[in-house]
Amino acid sequence: MASYALRRVLGAIPTLFIIITLAFFMMRLAPGGPFDSQRHLPPEIERNVAAAYDLDKPLYEQYFLYLDHLAHGDLGPSYKIKDFTVGQLIAAGFPVSAKLGLSAIFLALVFGIGLGVTAALYQNRMSDHAIMSVAMFGITIPNFVTAPLLTLLFGVYGLHFFGLDLSLPVAGWNGGALRNMILPVTVLALPQIAIIARLVRGSMVEVLHSNYVRTARAKGMPSHVIVTRHALRVALLPLVSYLGPAVAQLVTGSLIIEQIFQLPGIGRYFVIAAIDRDYTLVMGAMIFYAALIILFNLMADILYGVLDPRVSYNT
Amino acid sequence: MIATGISGEGAALMVKAKDVRGRSLWVDAWHRLLRNRAAVVSIVILGVIALMAVFAPFLSQYGYSDTDYGAISCAPSWWNDPGVCNAGGTHWFGTDNVGRDLFVRILYGARVSLSVGLAATLVSLMIGVAYGATAGYVGGRIDAVMMRFVDVLYSLPFIFFVIILMVAFHRNFYLLFVAIGAVEWLTMARIVRGQALSIKEREYIEAARAAGVGTWGIIRRHVIPNLLGPVIVYVTLTIPAVILAESFLSFLGLGIQEPLTSWGVLIADGKEQMESYPWMLIFPCAFMAVTLFCFNFIGDGLRDALDPKDR
Amino acid sequence: MAAPIFEIKDLDVHFATPDGDVHAVKSLNLTVGEAECLGVVGESGSGKSQLFLATMGLLATNGRATGSVRYRGEEMLGQPQRALNRLRGSKITMIFQDPLTSLTPHMTVGAQIMESLRVHQRLPRDEAEKRVLEVLDLVRIPEGRRRMHQYPHELSGGMRQRVMIAMGMVCGPDLLIADEPTTALDVTVQAEILDIMRDLKAELKTSIVLVSHDMGVIAGMADRVAVMRGGEIVEHGPVEDIYYSPRHDYTRMLLDAMPRLDRPDADGDAVAPLDPAAATILDVEDLHVGFPVTEGWSTKTLRAVDGVSFTLREGETLGIVGESGCGKSSLARAVLKLIPNTEGAVVWLGRDLGQVASAELRKLRKDFQIVFQDPLASLDPRMTVGESIAEPLRSLKPHLTRAEVTAQVRKMMDLVGLEPVWINRYPHEFSGGQNQRVGIARAMIVEPKLVICDEAVSALDASIQAQIVDLIRELQSEFNMSLIFISHDLSVVRRIAHRVMVLYLGRVVELADRDTIYADPRHPYTKALISAVPIPDPRLERAKRRVRPTGELPSPLDTRASLIFLKSKAVDDPDAEQYRPKLIEVAPGHLVAEHDAA
Repeated sequence: MASYALRRVLGAIPTLFIIITLAFFMMRLAPGGPFDSQRHLPPEIERNVAAAYDLDKPLYEQYFLYLDHLAHGDLGPSYKIKDFTVGQLIAAGFPVSAKLGLSAIFLALVFGIGLGVTAALYQNRMSDHAIMSVAMFGITIPNFVTAPLLTLLFGVYGLHFFGLDLSLPVAGWNGGALRNMILPVTVLALPQIAIIARLVRGSMVEVLHSNYVRTARAKGMPSHVIVTRHALRVALLPLVSYLGPAVAQLVTGSLIIEQIFQLPGIGRYFVIAAIDRDYTLVMGAMIFYAALIILFNLMADILYGVLDPRVSYNT
Repeated sequence: MIATGISGEGAALMVKAKDVRGRSLWVDAWHRLLRNRAAVVSIVILGVIALMAVFAPFLSQYGYSDTDYGAISCAPSWWNDPGVCNAGGTHWFGTDNVGRDLFVRILYGARVSLSVGLAATLVSLMIGVAYGATAGYVGGRIDAVMMRFVDVLYSLPFIFFVIILMVAFHRNFYLLFVAIGAVEWLTMARIVRGQALSIKEREYIEAARAAGVGTWGIIRRHVIPNLLGPVIVYVTLTIPAVILAESFLSFLGLGIQEPLTSWGVLIADGKEQMESYPWMLIFPCAFMAVTLFCFNFIGDGLRDALDPKDR
Repeated sequence: MAAPIFEIKDLDVHFATPDGDVHAVKSLNLTVGEAECLGVVGESGSGKSQLFLATMGLLATNGRATGSVRYRGEEMLGQPQRALNRLRGSKITMIFQDPLTSLTPHMTVGAQIMESLRVHQRLPRDEAEKRVLEVLDLVRIPEGRRRMHQYPHELSGGMRQRVMIAMGMVCGPDLLIADEPTTALDVTVQAEILDIMRDLKAELKTSIVLVSHDMGVIAGMADRVAVMRGGEIVEHGPVEDIYYSPRHDYTRMLLDAMPRLDRPDADGDAVAPLDPAAATILDVEDLHVGFPVTEGWSTKTLRAVDGVSFTLREGETLGIVGESGCGKSSLARAVLKLIPNTEGAVVWLGRDLGQVASAELRKLRKDFQIVFQDPLASLDPRMTVGESIAEPLRSLKPHLTRAEVTAQVRKMMDLVGLEPVWINRYPHEFSGGQNQRVGIARAMIVEPKLVICDEAVSALDASIQAQIVDLIRELQSEFNMSLIFISHDLSVVRRIAHRVMVLYLGRVVELADRDTIYADPRHPYTKALISAVPIPDPRLERAKRRVRPTGELPSPLDTRASLIFLKSKAVDDPDAEQYRPKLIEVAPGHLVAEHDAA
């Protein structure tokens, strides 16, 4: 397995390289540049700015310069966020986004699997229909709607129990305090709960109709043993494949959540940098994201093999 | 008496000699879909919304860009109630903060959202089917290279590119279709390729080869018809995903430009006003949620109808 | 007879389907006595499996059972799961047809056997483990301690079914219900499994219900037999009465439909003799088919067909017999050039097909056609049967007008026993036998000179099988075609073939004309194969002396495998180039591969 992991990591290097190249040229070939909005600058200053960031050099030269810096672990300075390097920005924001994302995925796994299994066990009965209708809500309502709604309900109107004010803070990170995390994590988790519940229900229904579950029932196994020991592991396999990219997406933050709840994560860099054409920040964020995707996909594949002994790591 | 007897017998023979009409899988699936209440209701609702969007100009006295400074942020009113709005007039869903009728704007928003949904899905369908079917049917090394490319694109945060495109080309309306379609085709290609791979291994393909049918004939007569089922299902599930993507872009201010509107724009605007004028958020939200619901129910219904496994 | 241990009374099983109510079992009565084996025989759709699933409370969710099922006087039907679980798996156990899908893929076989003991008898772990080893020994699984820690996918089909039986026996049940336990297995493996079950019954006095579609399988084991059809028992009695003096027409039909190895050429089974002057039309020379298989970092070649040569004359039928993995399907496809051969040549009417350009080859296809095993899978589900039958005509005879094509399709449908008015129907509206008629019509409509039937009747019930074989024989004499008839079933091949070729691991082990190969088999594998075929005659079947083949099928990737019957020449290295056993002509036209003396 170690050699499999090693081979996969080595195999990821050309992938990353293609991504870097693709991103670099797509970014540069699109019209407009990082300093376009500062048109009032005299031409000589503009030239100086460009020279300071090597933007006056030919494109291929910039590309190799960038690769050279990258090989030394340097993602470069941000063009728009003054006095910060891209590395610093990511290092400051990532822990926040990761903490939010991982909490959300944990919440989503617990509730999603629980609801999905319940729905499958009561297939085509009331509880199944109820769970799946709610899940449909979770999938169809965008988070920029749920976020303000929940803010309104639990933050602005507030929760009051017997005179106790249990209202939740509507914004701010506050060093990652639990109270501050509840609302953003819930908003992040809601659609994931819905997706996971639907996924698990589907595969669980299939597994419950399988021959080996019939065998287990013929052996007189109690239902909790059938569900936990015989059915769940195989039923979770599609979920594992889904989780790779999903976790990568969640831990890299969400602009909407960060904007609405005013959190210092890295999700906003993805959008702000793209809008402002902050070349180095876009590249840095993109490489970071791609590396995470590759990493989580690898973890998902290894987990898949652990769950299903039929998978061999030979090929 | 005798004559009628003979003619009756003759008629019976005629009936017997007539070819039996077979029930194709499509007909079967259609009947199963019609038995699915949620899907049928969804089709009807969606049809009504689409018709209302098409005939929007005839449904209201207001134009979508008519501002009325006497009727700013009016609450919904169903009859002429001067107490609600100082300028009078009925606005079924109320008005926005420059006095435009929300009902009309939602219908015009539906035009944009639905057509972006359809057009971008069509783009993704065309790229995805062509790419996926080629990779799947040709197979071998070409397939490996093509799918590796898809994997690479998958690990890019594609919303970047949509944003860059939208910024660079100044929020071109048609580019919106292309940009979102270019993101959504990846999954379509994977689904089509997977289907093509598995259909290729079926015995009836081998039978067709033994019958002397050429490669193109096999793709046209056997592969594509059998591939359609899952593709149709995925199309109905892509449309709501595209509508969501468009609303996300609109939320960032990169979507459709004023005075034109889309549901995403209306929701984003409504969110700003929700504490004092909740209808500005509730009505567009409701329309979008109902539409997405319908597409998802139709998709689920189609999947069950096309691939029945007693569940 | 003492009081029965298992009693089914007025049992009805209904299924609610989208197309309405299906009455699968109709007020059925049946008992099983102490230490008795009850055989339940019936064709597909007779409700025999649903009957026993219902008694165990294992019906699908849309199924409903009413009536009474008693185990030692205790009612089982309609009991809550908790009450049923005291009996299921400990007193009454059940094993199923497909051992691969019936075992949980992510649990070791030891864990799966052991959990019954842990749940029902609450044995501590070490005792349970000891008991598992005992029961593995009982079902003749060698190296039990190692096997315990293997996963189902690491075992062969026969081993998996033994694990299923071990799972059924581990708690020492009173009754074992075996639902088609050998149907998915090769014939030599089937014989092995039946032997094990017979011994278990004799040693442990466990009652057994053996459900099967195969009159031969039932004949060897059952004390009493119930014949089921359409959810009802049509005849029921001691085994000898059923086989030697059947009273019901359906029972008689089932027995007559069984091809009999012990009774050659009974009622019209004789094969029309071949014209001695018939010319050779097909010459296959040293054909090899290899598939690359990746194992770790290296790629090996799986030799599916490993040097096969034969000729075929006009109007002749060659039977090709072999078990799964012997390369018979790859051979058929390579002869038809549907897959490439790696070495050797296929010479058709003097032309080497390897040298023919692909456009030319497509035109030649009207001379050779194929009928597939699975009738439903080989028809495009979205095409009407008329379109499917017309397909070869449209591509191979493009000059025909639409009306001419339709006329020919109708004529052909009539010829294969399908109503021409069904031309616009779809495959899913037909039964398996009808779909196979469609497949045959599609192959025959271009009046080919050669038709390969690849297990063309294997998926069908015995009664349908007989009809289809008869149909193929009629069509053959009508069009004077040559046939290659591939099957795993020696008795079916005998009804149609002039010569029989036995394949093992991609190589010919014996080739002779049909009478010789059954009367005078020389190769140990042929002998084992013949003796493993169950005969639908209880006395003969029980008295029969079986020739056992040598152990497990070795991996075809191991070069030593090809020398399994000639171990004296094998080099003990899985990758070495090995000696190739030669075919020796022991009598005119009778070729036997070299083998060690038994």
